[in-house]
Amino acid sequence: MREIRIHARAGQGAITTAYLLGKAYFLKGEYAYAFPHFGAARMGAPMNAFVRVDSKPVRIRSQIYEPNFIIVVDSTLMRGFNCLTGLREDGVAIINQREGIQIPKAKLGQKIYIVPANNIAQQTIGRPLGNTALLGAYAAATGEVELEIMQEAVKERFSGKMQEANLEAVRQGFEYIEKIKERR
Amino acid sequence: MREFLEGSQAIAKVVSLCKPGVISAYPITPQTHIVEGLAQLIADGKLNSQFINVESEHSAASVVLGASACGVRVFTATSSQGLFLMAEVLFNIAGMRLPVVLTCANRAMSAPISIWNDHQDSISLRDSGLIQLYAENIQEAVDWHLLAYRLAESRNIMLPAMVCIDGYILTHGVEPVDMPEEGEIDRFLPEYQPPYKLDVDNPITLGCLADPEYYMETRFAIQETYKDILASMPQLFKEFGSIFGRSYNFVERYRLDDAEKAIVAMGSVCGTIKDVVDELRKKGKKVGLLKISVFRPFPYQEIYASLRSIPKVAVVDRALSLGSFAPLVSEIKALFFGKKKTPKIVSGFVAGLGGRDITKDSVKQIFRQLNQREVSGKFVDLKPELLQDKI
Repeated sequence: MREIRIHARAGQGAITTAYLLGKAYFLKGEYAYAFPHFGAARMGAPMNAFVRVDSKPVRIRSQIYEPNFIIVVDSTLMRGFNCLTGLREDGVAIINQREGIQIPKAKLGQKIYIVPANNIAQQTIGRPLGNTALLGAYAAATGEVELEIMQEAVKERFSGKMQEANLEAVRQGFEYIEKIKERR
Repeated sequence: MREFLEGSQAIAKVVSLCKPGVISAYPITPQTHIVEGLAQLIADGKLNSQFINVESEHSAASVVLGASACGVRVFTATSSQGLFLMAEVLFNIAGMRLPVVLTCANRAMSAPISIWNDHQDSISLRDSGLIQLYAENIQEAVDWHLLAYRLAESRNIMLPAMVCIDGYILTHGVEPVDMPEEGEIDRFLPEYQPPYKLDVDNPITLGCLADPEYYMETRFAIQETYKDILASMPQLFKEFGSIFGRSYNFVERYRLDDAEKAIVAMGSVCGTIKDVVDELRKKGKKVGLLKISVFRPFPYQEIYASLRSIPKVAVVDRALSLGSFAPLVSEIKALFFGKKKTPKIVSGFVAGLGGRDITKDSVKQIFRQLNQREVSGKFVDLKPELLQDKI
């Protein structure tokens, strides 16, 4: 089983991100369970969304405390709070870049990728909503899902120009990580 | 067809395939997505049904009461305080013998306000005459709705049924679901043929005054009907299995055969418990789970047969009866009284109130506690630091 934790603020699309990630695994033929956890507070409040993936149906229903993978949609959450708490020894974190945010150092075996997802989104979608770029980055950073399958999951969610733009954002997020990997 | 669906959307979809003529509801978290989904299907012309907007849950329940009395298949959904606002009407619906089906997206009761999950809402209506069915996952949530309509509308039953699904965990969770096809549903659930209805050409009275000469027999009749439900459900489960290929029962016995310790629970937490059971079994510990899916009628015989040979039993209530034992544990203890073969220990645990996470560690802790003396109403994962403040 693999466990993914997404950090965001309510209204930033983390539930959709978890859904799309789960859908990609579903399209790949695996079992996924995507679920949110948030307070009664509305837009702007810190919240989590989670995805559990397995080759057999996922039964466990508790929150995720020791994820294999972490996606931080809004890195301002990392001011005074460590979003990487519980990340496994060989875990991978994908963090949306933002100036002036201190990113904790990766422990030996862990990988942390900083992705300018909002910039990618601004250029492709026209709004700084980096979720789909982060999904592309996730695919490249973890090797869990092929780019084409991630794009297929995203494709079903959008239509028209937004579909094209989001597919491009997924691709650019993916390629950004591939380039980092080449350099390493 | 297997789809990747949010629990609420899956329920909206299956309810729409049951073709209710009238839907009425008032929004309340975490139920709202269900009726929003249905409203969307109606707006898109995919469901030919009347959606009646109301100003409260009391009115929503009253609308479906009225529509059901006119011989129409109906649906409503609610949670927590909303269910309680419906409560007065729900007792009436049961007393009038109307086959209303509703979904309860389980949520804690106020005060303090909590939008998160537990079973206090539905369990508190255990005496209302509603059939109560609990789902472990989204697939079960979908399937129990089909069984709920079929049961409720059976000529020899004619009682309301409530499908209980854990708020957020299942309503907002997304997972693969085998959605039943319309043709299959039509075979299992034919068009509703009311045995009686409000009709100006053939007038009848429903819910009239019953003086002490008559009232008691109406309650006795419902009580007797619950015996008929217990008797007729096995055939229904069989029929469901032959059409949809999935088998259901009053209870699910998970690795219980040689178990020395067992947990009894309802709803989505059973999935977490199954994972723990598998882990502990790998270490050679003889543990198991008894999942109760049908809470009303209470399947005494199945529960007794499942637990009588197990030395140590832990009952997990996601609800409580303030001032007494928790509801599920007291009913389970009661069924062993006077029996020769019983567990040595039946301990009661209260867990997961107001959305407190029930983790694998919480479940392991419950199994460990069974090594100690019997407890009743032991709270799991309490935070002692929060109990020290005084006014």
